[in-house]
Amino acid sequence: MVTPTASLERARTAAAGVLDPEVPVLTIEDLGVLREVSVDPGGHVDVAITPTYSGCPAMDAIRDDVTSALSAAGFSDTTVRLVLSPAWTTDWMSDEGKRKLLEYGILPPQKRSPGPVVLQLSLRCPQCGSAATRELSHFGSTACKSLWVCTDCREPFDHFKAH
Amino acid sequence: MTPSLSDAASSDADLRPTRPSGTATGLATAEQSDIAGYALRLGDDALIYAQRMSGWIAAAPQLEEDVALGNIGLDLLGQARSLLGYAGTVEGAGRDEDDLAYLRDERDFVNAQIFELGNGDFGFTIARMLVTSSYQHELYAGLTESRDATIAAVAAKAVKEVAYHLDHATQWTLRLGDGTDESHRRMQRGLDALWPYVAELFESDDLIARLVAAGVAVDPESIATPAMAYVASVLARASVEVPQTHVRHTGGRRGVHTEQMGYLLAEMQYLHRSHPGATW
Repeated sequence: MVTPTASLERARTAAAGVLDPEVPVLTIEDLGVLREVSVDPGGHVDVAITPTYSGCPAMDAIRDDVTSALSAAGFSDTTVRLVLSPAWTTDWMSDEGKRKLLEYGILPPQKRSPGPVVLQLSLRCPQCGSAATRELSHFGSTACKSLWVCTDCREPFDHFKAH
Repeated sequence: MTPSLSDAASSDADLRPTRPSGTATGLATAEQSDIAGYALRLGDDALIYAQRMSGWIAAAPQLEEDVALGNIGLDLLGQARSLLGYAGTVEGAGRDEDDLAYLRDERDFVNAQIFELGNGDFGFTIARMLVTSSYQHELYAGLTESRDATIAAVAAKAVKEVAYHLDHATQWTLRLGDGTDESHRRMQRGLDALWPYVAELFESDDLIARLVAAGVAVDPESIATPAMAYVASVLARASVEVPQTHVRHTGGRRGVHTEQMGYLLAEMQYLHRSHPGATW
């Protein structure tokens, strides 16, 4: 017999293991995108996810992936809800997520400072560790990243913006 | 643009209408039709501006700027989707975000005219981004306190995104205004062309007044001073002059638009109307 707690644990693990389609080393739990998982007595799973940015095109893929992952874990009746509040922040990213990002070659976000705009003075190159870096563009390959270059090793790199 | 808004960004946000209950605080209770109308205005501003920004992709002065303006457009499109989806839900007539974006005619759009103006050159685009982002930043900061929970939630996300747009516009205004003679001339010319459309952003009307009384909307007049003070401070640092003109164009909130709006809608709506329900 499956206890409700075991059932919830299984659903949670399945949903939490879904990878972000654009940064495929991070799970949606690492990112802080997964907000809530609940299972009702009838076995219906309700999952709440929150977008990183309003226009994040990955949300549809994440929704499908969560549904598939739950289905593979034996939950065929699933609702994936998008919640906007409270607004996502990079402060929700786990330390494990930040470590994985750095290993992947993306500089993880700094802790957010108060005020509307985060000013980046100097960032360390994720490849060689040099602080001799400069921002090439405020905006990178996805809404959540900016593009930097290391002036020592000459490699460009993505920076996950504090948001 | 893609044929369905839901192909371009996330969808189906939890956007149930929230009825602000003003009885406990002495605030008036907002009519649902007013809230729908307000969400439509905000959504149309974001949608039309997103369409304009997407027009820069592959046409900006440098590759990084293609990416930047495309990303800004994507933020705006995401905001538009939340707001239009909510407007449709509150309206209760069964219209979804795609119906509102693609199946309305020009006179039914209630965006301010400044958002629909053609992109012009890069100087004009940056001038517009400086002014509209400063406006939106003040607006959304205020709306995070809205008594309408959905509008407050959309605003809490949007304010962070718009802050980044504002920073981008600020950096470019300084570079262009303080750059070469040619970049300075283009920045100034862009501002001069934009200026007659700025005042409309800060106009109020009966709908706004009712929603301000209900604690749902931000009074645009109340944010004019801080929004334009920021713009003036950037222009001063960029050695660009604040244009002096008494010409004012208005009417967008009543569905009156410039000639350029028809061309924008033709391009934006063509595919969806020719192939209803098309997806890829």
